[in-house]
This record gives sequence, structure tokens and C-alpha cells, in this order.
Amino acid sequence: MSWSAIRIATVLRAFRRTELLVLVAAIAVAVSASSTVGLFTDRLQGAIRIESATALAADLRLESGRSAASLDLMEREAQRRDLQTGRTTTLTSVVHAGDIAQLTSIIASDGGYPLRGTLRISPTLYGPSQSTQDLPPVGQVFIDPRLASRLKVNIGEIVRVGVSQLQVAAILADRPDRGTGMAEVAPALLMRGVDLAASGLIGPASRATYALLVAGDPDAMDRFSGWVKLRKSAAEKLLTVAESSAQLGSASERAGRFLHLAAITTVLLAAIALAMASRRFARQRQDEVALLKCLGATRQTIIRRFAVELMAAAIAGALLGVCLGYAAQSGLAELAKTFTAVAVLPPASVTPAILGVITAIVMMAGFAAPPIMELARIPPARVLREDLSGRKIPLFFPALGAVVSLLAILYLYVNDLALVLGAGCSLALVTIIYALIGNGLVLIAKKIRPDSGVAWRYGMSALARRPRETTAQILAFGLGMTILLLLGVVRVGLLDAWRGALPATAPNYFLINIAPTERSSIEQFFSEKRVPIDFAPWVRGRLLSVNGTLIANRMPKSDRGRAFAEREQNLSFSADLPPDNELVEGQWWSRSSGLQPAVSVATEFRDELNLHLGDRLVFDVGGDMTEAKIQSFRKVRWDGFRPNFFLLFSPGVLDASVGSFLAATHLDEEGRKALLEFDQKFPTVTVLDIDGVLNSVRTLIDRAAAAITYVFAFTLLAGLVVLLAAVRATADERRYEIAVLRAFGASRLQIVSGGMAEFAILGALSGGVAAIASSAIGFFIASHWLGVPWRPTWSIWLWGVSAGTFGVTLFGTASTWRMSATRPARVLRGQNS
Amino acid sequence: MTKEVSSPDGLLTIVDAVSFSVETAETLAITGPSGSGKSTLLALLAGLDVPTRGSVILGGLPFSSLDEDGRARLRAGRVGFVFQSFQLIPSMTAEENVRLPLELIGAEDAGVRAKQALADVGLAGRARYLARQLSGGEQQRVALARAFVVRPTLLFADEPTGNLDRANGIRIAELLFDLNASYGTTLILVTHEKALAARCGRIIDLIDGRIVDESIHE
Repeated sequence: MSWSAIRIATVLRAFRRTELLVLVAAIAVAVSASSTVGLFTDRLQGAIRIESATALAADLRLESGRSAASLDLMEREAQRRDLQTGRTTTLTSVVHAGDIAQLTSIIASDGGYPLRGTLRISPTLYGPSQSTQDLPPVGQVFIDPRLASRLKVNIGEIVRVGVSQLQVAAILADRPDRGTGMAEVAPALLMRGVDLAASGLIGPASRATYALLVAGDPDAMDRFSGWVKLRKSAAEKLLTVAESSAQLGSASERAGRFLHLAAITTVLLAAIALAMASRRFARQRQDEVALLKCLGATRQTIIRRFAVELMAAAIAGALLGVCLGYAAQSGLAELAKTFTAVAVLPPASVTPAILGVITAIVMMAGFAAPPIMELARIPPARVLREDLSGRKIPLFFPALGAVVSLLAILYLYVNDLALVLGAGCSLALVTIIYALIGNGLVLIAKKIRPDSGVAWRYGMSALARRPRETTAQILAFGLGMTILLLLGVVRVGLLDAWRGALPATAPNYFLINIAPTERSSIEQFFSEKRVPIDFAPWVRGRLLSVNGTLIANRMPKSDRGRAFAEREQNLSFSADLPPDNELVEGQWWSRSSGLQPAVSVATEFRDELNLHLGDRLVFDVGGDMTEAKIQSFRKVRWDGFRPNFFLLFSPGVLDASVGSFLAATHLDEEGRKALLEFDQKFPTVTVLDIDGVLNSVRTLIDRAAAAITYVFAFTLLAGLVVLLAAVRATADERRYEIAVLRAFGASRLQIVSGGMAEFAILGALSGGVAAIASSAIGFFIASHWLGVPWRPTWSIWLWGVSAGTFGVTLFGTASTWRMSATRPARVLRGQNS
Repeated sequence: MTKEVSSPDGLLTIVDAVSFSVETAETLAITGPSGSGKSTLLALLAGLDVPTRGSVILGGLPFSSLDEDGRARLRAGRVGFVFQSFQLIPSMTAEENVRLPLELIGAEDAGVRAKQALADVGLAGRARYLARQLSGGEQQRVALARAFVVRPTLLFADEPTGNLDRANGIRIAELLFDLNASYGTTLILVTHEKALAARCGRIIDLIDGRIVDESIHE
């Protein structure tokens, strides 16, 4: 048969077969789940990127301490690349109002600020604010509420900046680059660049920071960022979105991993459904193959014919899946908009759709090809003797190849090898367990014939009669049930635990620059207001050497690593392991072992600087050399919003060097009113409001939970397709058996009762094991990904066994009921198709 | 030739040292009781199976020494089949079933020839019916149309009337011999019906896989 002989009509006709439709459904579910998640996370990452960019007021920020002119070359290049640009000048100076003076962080710009995010101004102190894109007019300023409070000025009054008298136009309630870092210690004043030039504050000796702000589309920005990195001088500091908004990134990464897990599970489940449906597809075509061979078809012709049919099914499934995926991700995108302040999400790329089609073809080639190869071995003499079947080909290697290819594709989707291998190995383990249980059930069914009625006897003997199918069904039902339990029971608990990890009372204000002498007064201030507050000692220090090698001689290549090595670090000490910290290597110091100076290092710091347990680190702390041995490494949960440090020393090492304290507290609406009083009582303490970021993370978790539920709906569909494929796997044998039993006088009720008994045994067993499997997977997700405490509850057993028994029995009985309606003579004459 | 198969009780001889030749356009009936090896012999002659010992020569070619694909190629367009259980593909229409052997040999006028073949067996009006929607007699007429549509030089028929009532059986037998006569096809017919066998030029009687009798009819 030539290729031309395979007519479109023949291929289309194949779609009349239920089994091919099950194949299409399995492919469509797998592709739609993976492309939905791919498309969605693609867009979400874009939105997070934009959101993160608001923390810089740009996509890229290049700062220079020398002169504005040094940034001119970079600005011209950015403009040549059609990128948006803006400039700011920042310096710290004293601002006066009447007799009162206040150290102020002055920001000046003549345009292009902010490029990302908006300014929020208010006509009254701590009053409602509105967003604006406009800078203050020439001769006027926007001032921070703390500055207004300390200078005791209102809107319309005059402040003196250098030699200039400027009018307060509005209270600057918020600006995108206010930041959550600790560098900014003074309240801010925003003014025009021309006014700053006229103020006389800028001179050769002034310590101003000049910044070039750049924004544009992500690809262009990546290219420009690379260009800048090659040309910037050591004195210039480059900040990109990747380095900002760590908390938001951390929460979105968790959400992304959960979503990816859903997609991987769906694809693997769909692969199982596909493998089962293709086996039946092949079995149903045995007579056709024998006939075709009789009429002169060669093996190659047979393989071509079915390969075309299957590829058509793969493409149909892939197209359907991609369309569903695009439709579903646009629903998710609506959710994503509310994750961030970004009004318009970046468009979805076509890559996930292309990957979806490749997934479909690999799945079909990998899981459906082996049964088709077997089909081609059917002897033509089967037209005369129906009991003849082809020689079996070893399925292990083709199946292994398919699984490896599929995992490789999944890796392309999620770019997380540990996740893909973890999911693959878990599935393999669960598969082996279910296969063993299936075999065990067959052995038991062979030995036991219950006396409790014909239905149970028939059910047990049916399980023993079809050992391969029984094992396959246990596997399919079990995996389907595992996923359904994960979806229905475990997910709810996990998401609650995740939400609970960021409680409503998480700190939303940081107080920095607290002098040791002020600590007790501040503690008392908040105690009177009944507001709990936590203090942490805060020491600044620079890493000098590792094991005697100067840090300059082992400088890391990455920007982040260089920043760790070159910049002053925030150091602290603690007798106890702080909350949100998990020891991953080494030991925490006990109170009795405090003689040896020791340091515990966060994993990020360890990885960038390639540190090991026992390494000796030397720091310059206020001019003194401080040496400590690394005693442990910690994984820090940065999105917990508590004060955390990359470097935490054992008590006694830094005690004498403590320059200041850092404190964190949660202030509600009422508590915030006390800030005005606090500002006046403790003018040197800087108050950082992180409520905005906290809310962003909280919203992200809420919306991510909704998105995960949404994506798990595809997993649910995949589970149902597996159940359908599993029930249909024994349909032919079952139909024939039913016809024989009916011919011998069995009533429809007896037949259906027998089927019910068989499916009830399968369902109860699958559900029970699924409860164990889903609990184990849930525990793994909670401890390794979400970092939250979670324990399975007994209700999962109840759900597992009852849902397994009722669900599988219902599904199976519906199918048996239909079959029992077929006239026995029709089936026995071979007219059952 | 001989065909042996393994069984739990040891080696079973299904066809035992059978040897005969068939001339072009000859009609040969193979008869015998159930289990005598008629269908196995037909499978060996048609190249659907291979003998344990001996060989089948088709038109001078050592048919049974070819591999499965080689035998299939040799059958394509030259050999037709009619089976007791019709062996139509139920999800295909009557016309599509008849087209099937033409498509396998890449015939360009498959549609026209299939329609004509259906008209020859009196089923022009049923061309678009699915096979499973046809009665038993109609299905066997479609099978006849499929067998003759490629103008085969050799036709194998295995109990072609075995699944039909008497009236339909007679009608099918008439059609089979009429078409055979029209196209000058060599016919090898397996049947246990004496009347049907008697319409063939030669009859071989098989018992326990051996030829026990051979008769020639004028």
C-alpha cells in the first residue's frame, strides 16, 4: 500500500472508534494542562517581572557616585535601542522649615521618573492618597509624611532646600522605589532637577548618587543589560529586576512549582490512559490486520496505516489541547492580573503551544507505538482461526524510551530537574506498588471463593480470570484515585497551611537604626500600645577572607556573588534558630558550646561563595577583625517577613560591636496612628512600611491557590480519562462473558451484581492505597516545597476507601449495565462491534 | 506438505503429507468433517501459514518459502478470499470494504471499480451502508464483490454459505460460481456441504489431515 492509498476518509473513519477518541481525549487533556500551565506561568513570570520592576521604578537602574555625565553614554545607547529612559539624582541633606532642620533623602528628577509604578500623593498627612504620573511643578516639592511631621509643615507651606525656598505641593504617600532594603534611613523629598541645580547642593564635593533608569520589553532589556555589564565601570552599580522583590519571587516560585507539579501529574496520568487505550485500540484491530494481510498488505503497510491514524489522533488531540490551553490560560490570566499591580499582562508566547504538540507526538509515539508494532505481527491466518495472535514484543525498552522522552519534554516545560525526576520516580514507585498489589489480589482471588452469594463469587473469579487486566486496572484506578485524593483532600490542607504560614499578624513594619540606648524605650512605647515587637541586633561588616584567602582572590563570577563579597553585609547573632529558618547542614550551637566563635550561613550565600562547613570566615566589623568558623547552613524562608540574615553568629562574637537594633512589628489601622507620635519621639529611627509587599505576597498566595485549583481540574479530567480507559480495558472480554452467562440463563441483575462486586473490590483496594500514596506525596510537598507543617488526617482514609469503592463501582457498573443490555446472540455471533 | 503444531499433549499433525496440484481456472472443493484440517490446508495453500515440511508452489514461485511480507505481496491483486464469517470491517461502508484490496494495490479507479463490483452482486443501492448495518446474505455478497473486484487469478472460499440460511446460501453459491465463470478464476473451496462441493470440477476429501478420496466431476 502506497502512502497515497491511505485516504483521508479512511483516517477520518477511524475516529468513529471510541478507543481512538479516548486516545484523543488523553492527548488533549495532557496538552491542555501542560500548555495552560506553560502559557500561564510564562505570563505570570512576565507580570512578576513588571511588578518587581516597580521596586526599581524601572526595569534597570544604573547608579553612579561620580557624575551624571558618566551615565550619558549608557543613556544614548538605551535611546538608540528605543528604550525608555529617565534620570534621578539622590543625595542626603538637611532640609529646613523655620527653625526645624531634618536630615532628608532628596530625590530630584526632570522626567522619566518613575518608569515603572506610580507616585501616590495625598493632600493631607496620612490621608487617602491617589496615584499620579507627574513630578511636582518647578518650585514645588512632594514630601514624605514623616518629613512633614518632623518639620511640622502642611501643604502650601515653605521648606528650604539648600538656598532655595520651595513650596510643599503634596504629601508623598508612596513611590515605587521606596524599597524594603535598609539603606534608606531618612524621610524623602521629591523635587525637580532644575530646582536641585539651583539649590546649590550639587557641587564637586557633594555625595550625590546619579541614576539612569531604563525600561522596555524583556528581550530588549536583557540585551541592554548584557551590554551595560560589559561596559560599566566598577564604580557604577547595576540593579535589575531579577535582584529585586525577593519575597514576591519566592512566593511565585512556590506557586509555579505547584502548578508545574499539576501539569506533570496530568501528563503522566494521560500517558497511562493513552497506554491503556492504545492496547485496546490494537486489540480491536487484530481482525482487520489479519484481513489486510490476507488481501496483500505487508507489515510496513499495516504500520503506516495505523501510524497515520494515530498521528492524526495525536494532532487532533494536540490542537484541541492547545485551543483549550489558550482558552484556559486566558481565564488564569484574569486571576494573574490581580496578583500584581500590572494592568496588562505580557502576551503569551507560542513556545508552550509548540511544546504541547511535541508532547502529543512523543506520547503517541512512545505509548501507542508498541501495541501497533505488536499488531503488525498478527498472523493472516487469524481470519480463519480467531485464537491466533501475534508474537509479543518486549515492551520494557519502548516504554522506558517513551517515559524518558516524556520526562525530557516535561523538563523543557518546567526547567526543574529535581521536580521532574521526583515526579517520575514517585510515579514509578507508586506504579510498582500498585502492580504488586494487583498481583497479590489476583493470587487471593484465585484461592478464595466467598460463600456470601453468587455476585461475590463471580466478582472474585472475574478478577482471577484476567490477571493482567486486573493488575492494569488496579494500577489505573489507584493512580486515578491518588490524584483525586491529592486534588480533593490534600490540596485543601496544603493550601491552608501555606496561607497560614503568612498569618494576618505577620510583621508589616520594620524599624531600623535603633540605638542600643533606645531599645528599652521603644519596647516600652509599643508595650503601652499593646503591640508586640521583636528586636534583632544589627551589625554591619564586610567579608575579608575565607580560610585565609583574601576574598578579592576568590571573587565569584555572578553579580549576586560579587555583591556578597564586595558589599557590607547585615550581620546578627542569636542563641536560638529563628523561625522561618531551617538547618540544612551542620549543627546549631548549644548554649554550653558558645566558646568557639561560630557562624551560620544562609544557603544563598553558601552557594554564591562556594563555602563549606568548617570554613573560617574573617569579617571587618567596624575596623575590628572578627573570625568565625562555619558551623551550619540554613535555608531561610524570606517570604515569612520576619527579620532574617544571611549571616548569623553565635552569641558572644559580635555582642561588643552592636551598633544598632532592627525591630519588626505588626501594626493594624489603629496602630498606624501611633506612628506620628513614634516619629516625634524617636526621630532617628527609620520606619519602613512593608505592608504593600506583604499584601502583594498574600494576594499572590490566594490567587495562586485559586490558579492551582483551576489547573488541577485538568488533572481531574486526566484521572477520569484513566478511569474510563481502565473500565474499557476489559470491555471486550466482559461483553463476551456476559453474553455467555446470559445465554446460560443468568439474569441481568445477577450479572450487574457480579460486576459491582468486582469493581467494589478493585475500588476499595485502590482507594485505600491511594490514601497512603496521596498522604505521602502531600507530606513531601508540604515539607520540601511549601516549607509548612502538614500532617495527613484520618479523613483521607475515609475518603479514599469510600470514594474508591463508590466511584469505581458506579463507573464500572454503568459500563456493565450497558453491556448486559446487548442481545447475547449478537455478541456470540461476533456482531458486537 | 505437512503441518504440525505443538500442544500440551505433544506435537499434533494437522495436515499430513498432502500433495496435489490445481490447474488455472480449475474449481476444486476440499471437503471433510469438522477438525479434518480443511481450514488449515486452505491457510497453507493461500500462504496465510507455512507448512512444517513441504512447500506450496504458486504459478511456479515457491510461495511457502517466502517470508510473510513476500507472500502478502504475491497475494495482493492476484488472490481473493471469501470467508464463512464474511470478515468485513464493520466500521466501513460496503463500498469502502470493496475498495480495500484496490487501495492496497494502488488502483487509481478504485471508486468506479468498487461501485461496479457492488452492482454485479446486486448491492448498488447499499454502497453507503456500514457493513454492520447489512444482513448476513448482503454481507457475504459484499465479501464476494471484494473478492472479485481485483480480478483475482485464484480465489479461496472457506465455507462461504456456512453462516447463511438456505435461500441466501443458494444465492451466494450461484453468484460465486457465476462470477468465477465470468472471470475464469481458479477456485479452491472449502466446504462440508456436498451439494456445493458437487458444483466443483474436482473434490478432495480430507480426514485427519490426510487425503482419503479424490473425485473428478464433469
